[in-house]
Amino acid sequence: MDNQGDVWEVFIQSKPGLAHKHVGNIHAMGKEMALQNARDMYTRRQEGTCIWVVKMEDVTSSVPEEDGSFFEPANDKIYRQATHYVMPEGSKNI
Amino acid sequence: MSDLDKFLKKIENNVKIEPKDWMPDGYRKHLQGQMSQHAHSEVIGMQPEGNWISRAPSLRAKVILLAKIQDEAGHGQYLYSAAETLGKSRDEYINELQTRKAKYSSIFNYPTLTWADMGAVGWLVDGAAIVNQVSLQKTSYGPYSRAMVRICKEESFHQRQGYEIISHMALGTPEQKEMAQDALNRTWWPSIMMFGPHDADSARSGDAMKWGIKVESNDELRQRFIDKTVQQAELIGLTIPDPDLKWNEERGSYDFGEINWDEFWAVVNGDGPCNDQRIDHHIKAHEEGRWVREAANAYAQKNN
Ligand SMILES: [Fe+2]
Ligand SMILES: [Fe+2]
Repeated sequence: MDNQGDVWEVFIQSKPGLAHKHVGNIHAMGKEMALQNARDMYTRRQEGTCIWVVKMEDVTSSVPEEDGSFFEPANDKIYRQATHYVMPEGSKNI
Repeated sequence: MSDLDKFLKKIENNVKIEPKDWMPDGYRKHLQGQMSQHAHSEVIGMQPEGNWISRAPSLRAKVILLAKIQDEAGHGQYLYSAAETLGKSRDEYINELQTRKAKYSSIFNYPTLTWADMGAVGWLVDGAAIVNQVSLQKTSYGPYSRAMVRICKEESFHQRQGYEIISHMALGTPEQKEMAQDALNRTWWPSIMMFGPHDADSARSGDAMKWGIKVESNDELRQRFIDKTVQQAELIGLTIPDPDLKWNEERGSYDFGEINWDEFWAVVNGDGPCNDQRIDHHIKAHEEGRWVREAANAYAQKNN
């Protein structure tokens, strides 16, 4: 029996205003311990201003082998890219 | 394109392999072995240094040593976490360590006899580890590579605090200098053995290079470490215990003497001065912590 607790994924915001970024995971029993362990493990040198922990089993991931079909709808919509549009010759700052 | 072709294409294009990607069985197995050995080394490596916490010569020295050892605990955790993404639990890895199926770096089977050893270990053992780990930042397995990047950010403090200790002693009283030289004499050869057997004798490293797990060979890394370190010893008046050590103008590198591989293999296979002590202590600490894990689990269950 695994007695090291659940695996929690750890997300850290490095500065106010920035997005939380995945940094790794830790083992812990319960939310509170997960936060404390994440702090001790990933922010020993002021690497963060805020931490999120999420139980690994609660994270759902797309499957890399199916990446092709999964992201397919984005492939044929190049008109979503700004570079798709031709600006009149001589136009500036656009 | 077959799974294997896709995999090899990624390696060729320096695209990292991620946990859910298809990978050859040999790749997974090799990583499980190498990463867990690396994790075990970080954790067992806390023991020779922990030996000196209560006897550190000043409060400053003590807080530094504590912080350094705490980092090593963190390194072990990063690496176990990364290794677990290969589908093997932390308990399995730890069990392999405790039943001696898994190895750890043989350097940690040597005792730390004097305070000067805290200098030699930080300077040379962490120094050698840095050379290896900087190279491994480019490894092909994503979680391993990210763990290496994180670890490398923390390592330079480790090496610098060690060099500070040994240089203070080397430049101190004659007795202190003698202790520093003695620590270097005992630590030098085991440190350069840390890079593993010569390339020609390293059975598994072919696959590891082909799959991008290792990007530089044992001998290349060892040479880089020696070339960096000689000047640091000279600067503080210490002598590297190798009569054959000589600058080779043509190669732009130092030539060095024959490594005692009999000693290396004896220590790897369990006959070093402290092998039993290291594993026994790990088991003891693990067992003594059992009630804490059980209580924490029970508490978490109750609060769910
Ligand atoms: Fe480390
Ligand atoms: Fe270190």
